[in-house]
Amino acid sequence: MARDSQGALVALNRFGFGARGGAAGDFGNAASDPRGFVKAELSRPNAALLDVPGLTSTPALARAMFEYQGEVKQARIAAKAAEAAKAEVQPGADRSEGHGQPMAPKVANASGMSAMKPDAAKPAMPVNVVQKTYRAEALARLQRATIADCGFVERLVTFWSNHFCISANKGQPARMWAGSFEREAIRPHVLGHFPDMLKAVEQHPAMLFFLDNQQSVGPDSRAGRNRKRGLNENLAREIMELHTLGVGSGYTQDDVTSFARMITGWTYVGRAGRLGEPGTFIFNANAHEPGPQRLLGKTYDNTGLGQGEAALADIARHPATAKFIATKFARHFVADDPPPALVARLQSVFTKTGGDLKAMTLTLVDSNEAWQAPLTKMRSPYEYLIASGRLLARIPEDPGLYLGGLNMLGEPLWTPPGPNGFPDTNAAWAAPEGMKLRLDIAARISSRIAPSIDPRELLEVAVGDAASNETRQAVARAETREQALALLLMSPEFQRR
Amino acid sequence: MEIMDCCESRTTAGISRRQMLLGGATFAAWAYLPKFARAAGGRDPRVIMVILRGALDGLATVAPVGDPDYAALHGAIALTRGGPHPAIELDSFFALHPSMPVFARMYRDKQAAVVHAVATPYRDRSHFDGQDVLESGFAGPGRVQSGWLNRALGALPKGERVTSALAVGPTAPLVLRGPAPTVGWAPAVLPQAADDTAMRLLELYDHRDRALHEALAQGLKLEKSASGEGMKPKGGNAVAAMRFAAKGAAKLMAADDGPRIGALAFDGWDTHANEGGPVGRLAFLLSGLDGAFEEFQNGLGPRWRDTVVIVATEFGRTAHINGTSGTDHGTGTIALLAGGAVKGGRVIADWPGLKTANLYQARDLAPTTDLRAVIKGVLRDQLGLSEQVLAKTVFPDSGAVKPMAGLVV
Repeated sequence: MARDSQGALVALNRFGFGARGGAAGDFGNAASDPRGFVKAELSRPNAALLDVPGLTSTPALARAMFEYQGEVKQARIAAKAAEAAKAEVQPGADRSEGHGQPMAPKVANASGMSAMKPDAAKPAMPVNVVQKTYRAEALARLQRATIADCGFVERLVTFWSNHFCISANKGQPARMWAGSFEREAIRPHVLGHFPDMLKAVEQHPAMLFFLDNQQSVGPDSRAGRNRKRGLNENLAREIMELHTLGVGSGYTQDDVTSFARMITGWTYVGRAGRLGEPGTFIFNANAHEPGPQRLLGKTYDNTGLGQGEAALADIARHPATAKFIATKFARHFVADDPPPALVARLQSVFTKTGGDLKAMTLTLVDSNEAWQAPLTKMRSPYEYLIASGRLLARIPEDPGLYLGGLNMLGEPLWTPPGPNGFPDTNAAWAAPEGMKLRLDIAARISSRIAPSIDPRELLEVAVGDAASNETRQAVARAETREQALALLLMSPEFQRR
Repeated sequence: MEIMDCCESRTTAGISRRQMLLGGATFAAWAYLPKFARAAGGRDPRVIMVILRGALDGLATVAPVGDPDYAALHGAIALTRGGPHPAIELDSFFALHPSMPVFARMYRDKQAAVVHAVATPYRDRSHFDGQDVLESGFAGPGRVQSGWLNRALGALPKGERVTSALAVGPTAPLVLRGPAPTVGWAPAVLPQAADDTAMRLLELYDHRDRALHEALAQGLKLEKSASGEGMKPKGGNAVAAMRFAAKGAAKLMAADDGPRIGALAFDGWDTHANEGGPVGRLAFLLSGLDGAFEEFQNGLGPRWRDTVVIVATEFGRTAHINGTSGTDHGTGTIALLAGGAVKGGRVIADWPGLKTANLYQARDLAPTTDLRAVIKGVLRDQLGLSEQVLAKTVFPDSGAVKPMAGLVV
């Protein structure tokens, strides 16, 4: 096959996370068979799973979090007791050593937590296992994206993870489970079936916590009558509006309320473990609203857990869902206003195959539109940082640089501003302040890396003969290697996909 | 990476309640002075639009304590005239949330007003569509190319370019997005790219990518004009973020050559669960908003006299609290006006009542005032925009919604 430079850019940048530096030869490989380069990852078994030593399941994380919360509480009590004792024994006296740590908790002296220096006056706080977990999960994800061949599967993961987003800022459980949620509910299904992903997501403790369903109680359920708690329709609404049917697709407020009633009792086991193992999904029949419910014109008998599951399965198959998903998928990969014929084909495949996401993904890769549409979309901040790391062949060892950069650029990891996730259009990412910050970050990266590389070679690695003359000249004529690398990272060829 | 770590710690796990309350705060402004700003002897009006994203519970902020049905509907989180945290009486019927003493003082000084039972023309309950309508100024969602404030700027006589401006956060709120150039600023916590690198990149974009050229050129200008000192967030929570953004905005807008018209967006008002009454989650957020009012007044100094601050949200929340001591998405809510140019000291409301039959769809405070009428009234009387422009360009197809008279002194 002839070398297809433009095809290589589409394969690497539109579908993947960009060419890797070092000896990978990605651009050449992609240029000789662009479609094959993209598809190669899809046929690997379990391509999307992330099994990394040290990462563990949601229930195990729940246990660790509950323990940590207990230790924090103990430490606070100890600190208070110490204060009180000191005040009693030595009113107004100087701090004395070795005094007032009657119940200091065990402190694991973890590496990397150097700020945790115990001080004589204050009993030490335990290592923050929540933040530690968040960083470890982030690091595993960053590393996987950096070393992947094309990165297409990881791009699919980020797409679906943003579609079914939670926010780590909701509270400790959300931060603790942000990574395990993605590993358990998203990754197993990105090349599987949409209804399965949907069910896994909506029954995952992280989502139940994020959208408040663990608090929602059927008003006429046993728990509702006893505790005077009631319905919270947050999850039900966002499932319909953001996860499946899309807003304006014809459902009503009554449908939302009705669906909210059907999924009452969908919760997770809390710290006390009364209903099972803490941190696992559980259907709490005591909180489930009794009686049949009508949704989108159909009546669902009360079969307990099955009632909401049946409704969810029907919503997943609804034509509005196929349209919503197909449009969003094409918008992410191809263009802000995706070609209608392409959207129609994706929608049709999604419908015919019962939401087979691998089939839909292959339809996208096999389409002509995806290869012919001009490369006009901006890389998201995450794509930009990952692509930079890949080009510079730096496997992340500490997630801090990336997490900080993502915060700066307005895309903090697993922390979107709302349940609709981060925006996916150029207007959001090509804004003035954002561009200035991208440049500052490019300069920052360059100042650390540039002395060891040849920017002209790197431009070949990144975009091969698809580089414009202007970009070549800007890189070649730069005053310093540092400046050349910053210009390369900011070039239209590197920023757009 | 000490610098990166400092940014990262903004979202570091601490106390979980605080995390839930972490909110965004953004600000952007028109890049030009209106021509009349520097006219000799003329008034030099300022307008600040504050968007509260997430849907503010109007009934919990300005409570109709005189309505016989209010207490039962809002249940455990209802405000009361008495008790340990009494609401602040505004008149014989309405009382203000106790965490807003600054707004209460402004109200007493006749520099603040409340419009109640107000809503945009949007009647469904999606945040994102509701925000589209609130900020775009169109009657329905999905029109996100430009915001009403930006189109209003397009209709103003354009004077010289502002030389200072600020925006917190990397994107301008929709209300100010559009063809009229805006400026914004994000705090410089990274070492910056050298000017020469930026110039070379601009030249490359000039040849290869006009859109990126325009964006970067603007971004560089903003960075230059925003002063560094005193403008970095002290980090932490939504309250600090709101104060910080308001302080920065006021400082720049007070300057002679600073912007006159700006917009801020504060996130985090979606109180589905454990909303709290006189104390709690909403109270915390409202204290941040109150702090923002204080920063506006202090920062604008003598300019406060000619200022109108408008605060609005995409829709209200259910009149009845839900099963988790919060409120779900609703319809009617409040808008707040503050500033020396506001004819204040009143709650403007065509009160619909809270009996079930009077509620919108038997669940929400029924809207009796169109928010566009309020905004039109301010834009007409504060900035001198004609009714025709307001009805056609700023709020398309809104001829039937007349500007509310008498909001501005």
